Amino acid sequence: MGTVDRKRSTGRSVLLHLALVTTSAIAVAPVLWILLSSLKPANRILSSEIKLFDQPTLDNYRNVLSNTDFTTWFLNSVVVAAFTMVLGIFMSATAGYALSRFNFPGRRSLMWTFLITQMFPVAILIVPIYGIMSNLGLINTLTSLVIAYCTVAVPFCTWMLKGYFDTIPRELDEAAALDGLGPFSTFWRVIIPLARPGLAVTMFYTFLTAWGEVAYATAFLQTDDKFTLGYGLQTFVPQFNKQWEYLTPAAILITIPAAMVFMLAQRHLVGGLAAGATKG
Amino acid sequence: MAIDPQTVAAPPTGPARAPSRPPGRIRRAATTHWYAWAMVVPVVIVLGVLVLYPLVRGIFISFTDLNESNQRDEICTKVLGGGTECVPNPNAAEFVGLDNYVAILTGEKGEFWLQFVNTIVWTASCVALHYAIGLGLAVMLNRKIRGRGIYRVLLIVPWAVPAFVSAFAWKFIFNERNGLANLALTSIGLEPVAWFSERWTSLFTAIVTNVWLGVPFMMVALLGGLQSISADLYEAAEMDGATPWQRFVNVTLPGLRPVSATVILLGTIWTFNMFPIIFLVTEGQPAGQTEILVTGAFRAAFEGIRQYAFASAYGMLILSMLVVFAVAYRKMLSRQGEVW
Repeated sequence: MGTVDRKRSTGRSVLLHLALVTTSAIAVAPVLWILLSSLKPANRILSSEIKLFDQPTLDNYRNVLSNTDFTTWFLNSVVVAAFTMVLGIFMSATAGYALSRFNFPGRRSLMWTFLITQMFPVAILIVPIYGIMSNLGLINTLTSLVIAYCTVAVPFCTWMLKGYFDTIPRELDEAAALDGLGPFSTFWRVIIPLARPGLAVTMFYTFLTAWGEVAYATAFLQTDDKFTLGYGLQTFVPQFNKQWEYLTPAAILITIPAAMVFMLAQRHLVGGLAAGATKG
Repeated sequence: MAIDPQTVAAPPTGPARAPSRPPGRIRRAATTHWYAWAMVVPVVIVLGVLVLYPLVRGIFISFTDLNESNQRDEICTKVLGGGTECVPNPNAAEFVGLDNYVAILTGEKGEFWLQFVNTIVWTASCVALHYAIGLGLAVMLNRKIRGRGIYRVLLIVPWAVPAFVSAFAWKFIFNERNGLANLALTSIGLEPVAWFSERWTSLFTAIVTNVWLGVPFMMVALLGGLQSISADLYEAAEMDGATPWQRFVNVTLPGLRPVSATVILLGTIWTFNMFPIIFLVTEGQPAGQTEILVTGAFRAAFEGIRQYAFASAYGMLILSMLVVFAVAYRKMLSRQGEVW
């Protein structure tokens, strides 16, 4: 790759490492601090001196898992995110392919629509969608969230997948056409199998977006048993009497699976994002 | 709908074609492009139902006085015998023209201009810091350096944490009584700060949070851009005797132009619309003074007496600002000869 390799004096090497170590520490410190705090007894979480370890215990984890609705919220979040992801991919894969391969009337305006939809602030659709959901009797259901998240997921997935399909050589389509495959079977039998990495990354990214959403969840959900994590965690830290002994272990329990998957996928993620973003 | 001349001129290759008379333009386009259209139809329908219809409805609502108390078209009462009787709601929401917009922009209702200033400060400082720090880290990571892989993984950690979790984590750190930030301040002999009781310190906590969680994206995107710059250019510059700074300004920055243009545009839009950080970290404290436009609209719609129409008008104003920004930005780039 285009890595620049020049001779560096020792002094500059030390400075470089120093800068990187400092920023890495800043990047990791908050997570580490939450982890360490989650292991402290409830009455010592906000003690008046900085202590890394203070009678470490797993009590907070036990409490948050057994005394709160955390597990329900976790499950709700998984369900919502999974459905959003599947729907997003299913609906947008063909469109992404058509946008990548065919130059049809309406293509440019469609691409612009996707781009503009992605800049819609949550504030603009949330009121009308809330109205629609309440007319359909869907307020306080997970379904309403899946539908609302599709407004974000579908344009996003289409855009990402178009970017990925662009990287698959067109010669493959032409060869398939010579072999007598129509455009639909080319798509299903040639392109989809090749696009699996791109599909995986798009699915994953959609999952994370739905997983971390706060505004729609806060507006649509009303009862404890329906909360997703983005809303449920807010109930741990109301304006007064914040229960950090619940929040900190919950934060760690949410972060561990998300971070593991993220670290596995991140290398592909960036390629996909850049391809989708720059080849528009 | 923009019809590309190239496609219209292309000979139709589709199967069913009436040989008797020359096919019309639309028919010809249909036979050529039917499969492409068939492939995009599901998405178009979904977008129509979930985005276009709500958008149109939102625009409509913004011209009414819809709120929590007048949202019913009919008032139904139970009558003796078990049935219900409905009469039109005398106080139903009605069309009020531009009243909402006037009320917002004159500051008669809500805190639009305060939130506007907050939004500008918030967006500008976050994006500038994201870009500057991200670029600095990308340049450092682009060198052959021991432990590069480890640094990269550690630096990317904030991206792996869900945004709302990061928001809670930083709120914990900025906790006024014995939060880590205040403990650190007192340990070096400074006074603890009541972060959330003053507008700018409160906004500062949110900016710190957002910068922390947004830098990795910039860093990784810019690192990708750096690696696509040909090493030959650097060699040539070096042979011409360019100093490292000159190489950075004349080779690195121009080489990053396409990536920078995209990530700055995306970053600006994302930050402008960034809901969870302000909503969860500052919660608008003190007294709504750190609300940005997006969170302000949300609170108008869903907290206290729900002012749906007012919030819709807010949303429209926010959207029009973003559209103006995106168009201006694109114009600026194309004037500089960018083919984006």
